[in-house]
Amino acid sequence: MSVRELSFAQAIQEALAQAMEVDPRVFLMGEDIGVYGGAFQVTGDLVHRFGEDRVMDTPISELGGAGVAVGAAIAGSRPVYEFQFSDFSTLAMEQIVNQAAKMRYMLGGKVSVPIVFRMPCGSGTGAAAQHSQSLEAWFGHVPGLKVVEPSTPEDAKGLILAAIDDPDPVLVFEHKLLYKIKGNVPEIMYRTPIGKAVVRRNGKDATVVASAIMVHKALEAAEALAKEGIDIEVIDLRSIRPIDGATIIESVKKTTRLACIYEGVKTLGIGAEISAMIAESEAFDYLDAPIMRLGGAETPIPYSPILEKVAVPQVDGITDALRNLVKGGF
Amino acid sequence: MPASPKTTSSIKGPNARPFYAKHNAEQLKEALRRMWLIRRFEEMAEDSYVRGLTHGTMHLSIGQEATAIGVCMDLTDKDYITSTHRGHGHCIGKGAEVRYMFAEFFGKEEGYCRGRGGSMHIADPATGNLGANGIVGGGLPLATGAALAIKQRKTKDVAVCFFGDGANNEGAFHESLNIAGVWKLPVIYVCENNQYGMSVSTARSTAVKDVATRAAGYDMPGVVVDGNSIADVNEAMMAAMERARKGQGPTLIECKTYRTKGHSRSDRNRYRSKDEIEDWKQRDPIPAFEYDLQAHGVMTAAEAKAIRAGVEKEIEEAFAFAQAGTNPTPDSLLRDIYTAGSAA
Ligand SMILES: Cc1ncc(C[n+]2csc(CCOP(=O)(O)OP(=O)(O)O)c2C)c(N)n1
Ligand SMILES: [Mg+2]
Repeated sequence: MSVRELSFAQAIQEALAQAMEVDPRVFLMGEDIGVYGGAFQVTGDLVHRFGEDRVMDTPISELGGAGVAVGAAIAGSRPVYEFQFSDFSTLAMEQIVNQAAKMRYMLGGKVSVPIVFRMPCGSGTGAAAQHSQSLEAWFGHVPGLKVVEPSTPEDAKGLILAAIDDPDPVLVFEHKLLYKIKGNVPEIMYRTPIGKAVVRRNGKDATVVASAIMVHKALEAAEALAKEGIDIEVIDLRSIRPIDGATIIESVKKTTRLACIYEGVKTLGIGAEISAMIAESEAFDYLDAPIMRLGGAETPIPYSPILEKVAVPQVDGITDALRNLVKGGF
Repeated sequence: MPASPKTTSSIKGPNARPFYAKHNAEQLKEALRRMWLIRRFEEMAEDSYVRGLTHGTMHLSIGQEATAIGVCMDLTDKDYITSTHRGHGHCIGKGAEVRYMFAEFFGKEEGYCRGRGGSMHIADPATGNLGANGIVGGGLPLATGAALAIKQRKTKDVAVCFFGDGANNEGAFHESLNIAGVWKLPVIYVCENNQYGMSVSTARSTAVKDVATRAAGYDMPGVVVDGNSIADVNEAMMAAMERARKGQGPTLIECKTYRTKGHSRSDRNRYRSKDEIEDWKQRDPIPAFEYDLQAHGVMTAAEAKAIRAGVEKEIEEAFAFAQAGTNPTPDSLLRDIYTAGSAA
């Protein structure tokens, strides 16, 4: 089995190409995904390989474009719809939340909505408040949707392929700062299971639950703390909905301390859900310190690079917070 | 700057165009000066981006200056505009000072948005500039709403909405024009049709040849003008303003133009030919207007030179002012999310 180094963006592109090769129902829709190659060059040259009928540039019409994709999915096609920035999904909320998410349920299980929405997200590019949001928790709040958020090229490919296979709507959040990172990616078609977290680093002193770019920041913080003799376990969530409670609960029972780190706004976010889940579980009794949440500041993302940095958790802040978590108690 | 032989307009005598009849020499020269200011501002902005002095992205309107100034030159501070991601020209047209625009680029407290917004969000509400927008079509309902407020307060002001050809396929366009048509709001929709929404040509994105055709569906006049002719743009605008001020409702003006630079920094121009770009560069609106003003004796060659030199100096000083600006401090991160003193 051959494994090569690919970027996160290339890994997604390979997944899309392989899916289109084996299944004629799969096609891509989005803004500037054809000759332009996508705003982040994810679809790249695919239009030249598969033609304009399967790599379709839409007008700038998110509600219409995403909604047409939902309609095609109901009628037997397998669309992958790219939002140029996940922020623009707000224009298509109606079709995602009212239609795609609920269709199967409302119709008594008689229809499937096998659609994938690709959602470039996150801050750090200086694109300011309307191009930098992390809205994954919003969508995680909607029964009927599945929400995943890969952190590595390998999982990016595996989760895209799993999402395309999935008979229900799946949103894949792709942090824009990850597109260029490289990692080993198997050449074969494989699926990364939706709903399964993975332990990226074993440790005994505290558990960190993170996703997407925060996994990388948490691992960096963990390495720094290892030099001080502090041993952090890092869980890569991968799926926001369904969420892998078992893996987190198991880890917390072992380490007795928990921090949730995420880029989305802290209040009413993913960390609240994980904290509550632990509080409701048998792991609660094992806790030796209050649960800690590190999330995005309660603000739109600012343009100024100085402010943009402090608006989301960074490695230094994470390192300090984890040190305090391990030293602290009730 | 070589004079373009392509343009001439009658400016005196019985056939004088309204554009020349209704504006004096000072106004015309000021219009030219602002067109140069936009051009040089954007060239400097691009340069500072390439040199790594600014981050984020930016969208240049080089080649589209006649539209911005032709639309804005007769507006007052009480009239509103909403702008787009490609909004530097609109902003300068509405009277913004380039020093505060540069300061915004550099993320400084002196910037129009105090460093919070950057290129895509520059605004100056005090002068009726309700701002650029990062969302394609985002300004369409907003301008329509500003027109509603004008109607409610019973003044004779107007609201002007700039938007691109790409934006005319958003639901917000259709919903807004219908509301304005039904309520006869004093709003002027200015479509800057530069032929592409990012990489997608209007032929591939839009079911009708002219965006202006769509006005018929919302019971308002739809006019097509040469967006590279400041006279054509301005005359359509004067008619639309008169209509709006008389309570006759909205107008849609489509300005056919072209952006000679890429969509943004990431653009590799794979969707259009070099010839096409070169062709449009020959139709540069600034030398064309400069030529007209000189050919008809409104301005001498020496005056034209002085205008350019003045712009150069203004740009240099503004740039230096912005670079020396104040960086925001991290403790100001949560400022201005809510109104000070409100429950939050
Ligand atoms: C709702 C929304 N969709 C997509 C984008 C990404 N985007 C920014 S500008 C642009 C092209 C807009 O084309 P047009 O309206 O013709 O304006 P132009 O750029 O040509 O001035 C696109 C697709 C966006 N900012 N907002
Ligand atoms: Mg355009």
